[in-house]
Amino acid sequence: MKRSIKPIFWSLFGAGGMLSALVGPMLIFVTGIAVPLGFLLPRETMSYDRMLAFVDRGFGKLAVLFVISLFLFHGLHRMYHCLHDVGIHVGAVLKAVFHGLAIVGTIACVYLLTTVGR
Amino acid sequence: MNTLSTKTISIDCLRYDPATDREPRWQAYELPFTDDMSVLQGLQYIKDNLDGSLTFRWSCRMAICGSCGMMLNDKPALACETFLRDFHPGRVRVEPLNHFPIIRDLVIDQTDFLAKLESVKPYLIPREDKAVADGTFLQTPQQMQEYYQYSQCINCLLCYAACPQYGLNPAFTGPGALALLHRYNADSRDAGTHERMQIVNAEDGVWGCTLVGYCSEVCPKAVDPARAVNVNKINSTKDFFRHLLMPK
Amino acid sequence: MTVGPGQAVSNVKAFVRPMGSWWLRNPFYRWYMVRESSCIVITAYAAVLLCGLLRLAQGRLAFDAWRESLASPWAVGFHLVALPLVTYHAWTWFKVMPKTLPFISIAGHRLADRTIVVSGVVAAIAASILVFLAVFLNAPRVSP
Repeated sequence: MKRSIKPIFWSLFGAGGMLSALVGPMLIFVTGIAVPLGFLLPRETMSYDRMLAFVDRGFGKLAVLFVISLFLFHGLHRMYHCLHDVGIHVGAVLKAVFHGLAIVGTIACVYLLTTVGR
Repeated sequence: MNTLSTKTISIDCLRYDPATDREPRWQAYELPFTDDMSVLQGLQYIKDNLDGSLTFRWSCRMAICGSCGMMLNDKPALACETFLRDFHPGRVRVEPLNHFPIIRDLVIDQTDFLAKLESVKPYLIPREDKAVADGTFLQTPQQMQEYYQYSQCINCLLCYAACPQYGLNPAFTGPGALALLHRYNADSRDAGTHERMQIVNAEDGVWGCTLVGYCSEVCPKAVDPARAVNVNKINSTKDFFRHLLMPK
Repeated sequence: MTVGPGQAVSNVKAFVRPMGSWWLRNPFYRWYMVRESSCIVITAYAAVLLCGLLRLAQGRLAFDAWRESLASPWAVGFHLVALPLVTYHAWTWFKVMPKTLPFISIAGHRLADRTIVVSGVVAAIAASILVFLAVFLNAPRVSP
């Protein structure tokens, strides 16, 4: 029986699942509900200047990268399995597409973090 | 109040005769029952008094042989430890275990499971051969606790009927076989983990599982196959990276 | 045709039932599907953040336009739907976590599954409070 390469994607899926379980709900609340509506937090919390300053710091860069990348690896891995669960035939191509999208998203994130602010 | 007073219950059985039927059909039976009757006893009443052609597996009547697994109102259960009183006044729908081919009526084809069971080497593979004169293998209570629950499996196949991944992909090794694989890996007297890794690491090994978790929910012996499978995802991952970094 | 003793089962025309929409047939499966579907909103949320990062890199005008769109009914609506789903994902994640871990013994006693679940939930609550406080304490003071 051929050894599966699943461990790689499962590890990323697991890391993303843990991160999204720990901070996902609060991040969604803060960035998607509270700040845009000015509820509990002023709208200017996510102003251009403040966000630029945030990603200028090493911690900010890492935080953004980890959240975006791991959420993508988690979500897309699970989405691939959801398709299989509902009876859609998923083969090597779809597997490559879903995990490829997570890789592309990660690369885009790294690129943007290095170019932002210039 | 007389708890053994006779009432009537309706049992709908899925019937299938390979000689005459193109596909399964339902057949309804009305029968008297008392509060102490199991679904198995209900089926036995039907066979003895109403319809001798109804075919089903059973043996011990006490949830240890694993023969009477069936779908009772869409849930995998042992007919001998499920009671008619819990369905009454509703109807009881009895179908053969999900995800297995139906041979006849409530009897399913277990061949696939038996092959999977054999493939996981479900026996102790000791580090070195020991002569009988040298005595038994010793084990502490703590060492036994590591595998004990997994050794309680009665091969009833309820977990396979519960597992949608097995239903979607019959090549998946499945909860029961993987739980028994783990039972031996976790036994301190066993040294066969390496031999079983090929099954674990395969796409249809532990990686066929998405932790639906229903297998552990329906297991009549609290084996917790979901745990056995998913604990081995970590083992498989460790093995993967070990192999990657230090190929033999 | 009957199957006699010693006869292979493969001689019999066994019936294979289709899976169909299996996930609708049992509450346990339905909740499993809810749990799994959280992945769609998690992916979408990551895409929203990535978009925000792109707009940030494109400059003040682009980023301010993105902030405006975040306040639109569609955007807020999406996050309002995403929040309970991702919270359910968090809850089920910690609920199944004990099943992914080997037995852990501390001072001769096996760590109970419940302890692991509670620890995870507590960690999530603590992390959530931390995130909120980090943002709240660094938020601009709104002038009256």
